[in-house]
Amino acid sequence: MSASIEMPVLKDMFDENGLAKDTHGADAQPIYLDYSATTPVDPRVAAKMIPYITEHFGNPASRSHPYGWTAEKAVENAREEVAKLVGADPREIVWTSGATESNNLAIKGAANFYSEKGKHIITITTEHKAVIDAVRELERQGFTATYLDPEPNGLIDLEKFKAAIRPDTVLASVMFVNNEIGVIQDITAIGNICRENNIIFHVDAAQATGKVEIDLEKLPVDLMSFCAHKTYGPKGIGALYVRRKPRIRIEAQMHGGGHERGMRSGTLATHQIVGMGEAFKLAREEMVVENARILKLRNKLLHGLETMEEVYVNGDLEHRVPHNLNISFNYVEGESLIMAVKGIAVSSGSACTSASLEPSYVLRALGRSDELAHSSIRFSIGRFTTEEDIDYTINLMKSKIDKLRELSPLWEMFKDGIDLSKVQWAAH
Amino acid sequence: MAYSDKVLDHYENPRNVGTLDKNDPNVGTGMVGAPACGDVMKLMIKVNDAGIIEDAKFKTYGCGSAIASSSLVTEWLKGKTIDEAYAIKNSAIAEELALPPVKIHCSVLAEDAIKAAVADIKAKQLAKETA
Amino acid sequence: MSHVYFDHNATTALDNSVLEAMLPWLSAQSGNPTSRHTFGRSARDAVEHARAQVAEACGAYSSQVIFTSCGTEANNFAIKGMANHKPASQILTSAIEHPCVTRPALAMQALGFMSRQIAVDADGKVILENLKQQLAAPTSLVSVMLANNETGVIQDIAAIAEMARATGALMHTDAVQGLGKIPLNFADLNVHAMTISSHKIHGPQGAAALILDKRVDIEPLLLGGGQEKGLRSGTENVAAIIGFGAACELAVAKQKNYASHTLALRQQFEQGLTSINNTHNITVFGNKVARLSNTSFFGFDNIEGETLVMALDRKGYAVASGSACSSDSSEPSHVLLSMGIDADTARGAVRVTFGTNNTAEQVASFLAILNNELLRLKQLTAIAA
Repeated sequence: MSASIEMPVLKDMFDENGLAKDTHGADAQPIYLDYSATTPVDPRVAAKMIPYITEHFGNPASRSHPYGWTAEKAVENAREEVAKLVGADPREIVWTSGATESNNLAIKGAANFYSEKGKHIITITTEHKAVIDAVRELERQGFTATYLDPEPNGLIDLEKFKAAIRPDTVLASVMFVNNEIGVIQDITAIGNICRENNIIFHVDAAQATGKVEIDLEKLPVDLMSFCAHKTYGPKGIGALYVRRKPRIRIEAQMHGGGHERGMRSGTLATHQIVGMGEAFKLAREEMVVENARILKLRNKLLHGLETMEEVYVNGDLEHRVPHNLNISFNYVEGESLIMAVKGIAVSSGSACTSASLEPSYVLRALGRSDELAHSSIRFSIGRFTTEEDIDYTINLMKSKIDKLRELSPLWEMFKDGIDLSKVQWAAH
Repeated sequence: MAYSDKVLDHYENPRNVGTLDKNDPNVGTGMVGAPACGDVMKLMIKVNDAGIIEDAKFKTYGCGSAIASSSLVTEWLKGKTIDEAYAIKNSAIAEELALPPVKIHCSVLAEDAIKAAVADIKAKQLAKETA
Repeated sequence: MSHVYFDHNATTALDNSVLEAMLPWLSAQSGNPTSRHTFGRSARDAVEHARAQVAEACGAYSSQVIFTSCGTEANNFAIKGMANHKPASQILTSAIEHPCVTRPALAMQALGFMSRQIAVDADGKVILENLKQQLAAPTSLVSVMLANNETGVIQDIAAIAEMARATGALMHTDAVQGLGKIPLNFADLNVHAMTISSHKIHGPQGAAALILDKRVDIEPLLLGGGQEKGLRSGTENVAAIIGFGAACELAVAKQKNYASHTLALRQQFEQGLTSINNTHNITVFGNKVARLSNTSFFGFDNIEGETLVMALDRKGYAVASGSACSSDSSEPSHVLLSMGIDADTARGAVRVTFGTNNTAEQVASFLAILNNELLRLKQLTAIAA
């Protein structure tokens, strides 16, 4: 086994003062505009974490010596910080290994616990795979599910949601903020409908923390999933909110030492929990100012790109987090577009599905054609994005789109006034 | 996806991008593929009276390998007779560009584009002869 | 007062070189391994490098390594995931397993499986005759730990696996306590699946793995983005996985030294124990059979283990009275009860587990303190009685 790993070609994004480095030099790294896939850990968060993997390394479940006690105290402080950001009681926060586990635990755990009340589940076709696949698994176990399509703007029509409710509907799962198009669902309204119909309501909020205000004291939500690595915390840690009043019960999906009041067994990674707590604390303190700054950058990007012909924003612009811009560039093929924009790190659809060349299932659920779905780019802006990054991106996109359209027979036909939908293509 | 240097070269500096006058009786056009499949190639060849391809131009909507495949064949076509052009096989294109298995269809599409362009020029020649 | 750490079977301090390997990934390195851009690809490369290091450390192929968030998850995954693919029959686990093996086995009863325990003898070893009898009934899965976290007693896993396989049952072993302490080879153990964990070998918390014979069908515990070839969804914990890989490489390099060093400390310690044996009736559990070199689990008559552990802690020594994961409760150790130890003696048990950084001086001063504390406690309990 070779001792040294080829250290990634990336250079650190931060200098010794913790400031973002100038990334526009000749041999610069790509500009990171993929904050919805994962965020860098904030240097302030990393600084808090490191003591807990070095000197305070105890197992928080070790009750007999201070190594364990220090770890336990740090874990409880972090639990308070997570609770504070979302208006919850710390006792309502259960640690997990990430949003995927939170979603699996919430959906399978609640459905299994309350299965005698009914076996029908409602969810949305644009949910994260972790939600969809957990519901599919329950279908195999004898549950039935309704997968609602959102409107073309990505939002749910409340009347259609109501119409999907059956007497045996036990659980609904709707994401707060969509990972691909950034649209914000009306969680209050959907939650109220669920309350009126005695349906347990789970919300995947992985993309929402630090971006929208979350107050679980007021929100009619029973279960909510979080993770740290989309909010400048570390990977491998998340949480599930489980309401106490009225009390929601879930069946544990991982059994063992009975950690987390029996809801999730397994040794807790103290430094990661500490990181999540610090990340959520920073989010609470800085959210308002940060979102205003990011909105300005997003609008600048949008206006810069809108000067081109045949670009289409995917998803509602008004009910949307400032961080996200998802745009389709018509008559340009998606994969060549990704190759063209090497100077920026962006995503075509969700990172979790980008290993395949399938067009984004989220964009298809909005009714976008395959071609437009294929030619979409998700820009996600974050804490360390600068105005220069946006200027660079606009110029890069314009020149590359121009070049690819120059190459594109479809663009030529469009310019010649040919209606492409009427052309007989030789499908292959 | 890792691309070979040759694909990257053709992608970054595509050769012979453009169009020829499609109404010119000496110009043959082949357009293959479909937008829904993610690839459309348009290949145009200009053939002189001796049956030699004097010029070739392309436009391609597709991935880097599709662009490189079409760019490469425009280079190969120039100076060839239409019969020689017709004999070009996709395997030669795939080999030259070191295409990975998932991208072999790009070379197939380029071969189809050549065949379609040659068929078009032959049809035009036939029309000219019968006229 | 500086603390001396004698609780290495609970968790271990991160090694500096492991921390070095992790640091870039704890801060600025920001890729999601699933992303296709530079940031994502470098994260992917780093995860795959760690996978090779982990495989190397336990005699497996990279393709057999499935990363999970902790040993508990890997054990739940193995028990539920493998049994689910067999017709519902019985799941056999040894009586001394960690709760994260027995509880998922019990949970499977809701799906029609029967969870039954294999008895152990007074030394804490699985009684093969008992296993053989139980295997007469149709069995989906057998799970026996390689080395016990409390006694350190090592089981003959290859022989047990042979018996399980002969009846068509699947075989899993929780080898969390074995990794780095004894030579570990997945192929030689002859099991279908094996759990290992990072934080027991000076790696970080937050990473563990199930080593799986890929010919076995297994159902994922976590569904979603399809990471780990669809067997474990969820964004990879890149920093922890890299730390796990580095810790594995280190553990393999140091294994021989580790064994001889901790064995010397334990011999010194247990010889010292016998010298204070005059005033207290002492038992060292599992000391007649093969044990992990770093583990000493012992008990005194009429001494409450928890009280002694607290007293030792005030003097600066971190030891355990049972497994950390169940130390919320003051129930006597289920491991000792299974070995036929009476509840009072079991309640008095203390576990000392050494690590590479412990020294002979620490052991010597600990013995002196232990002697004093025992005297003091003996007087207290004498008065109380």
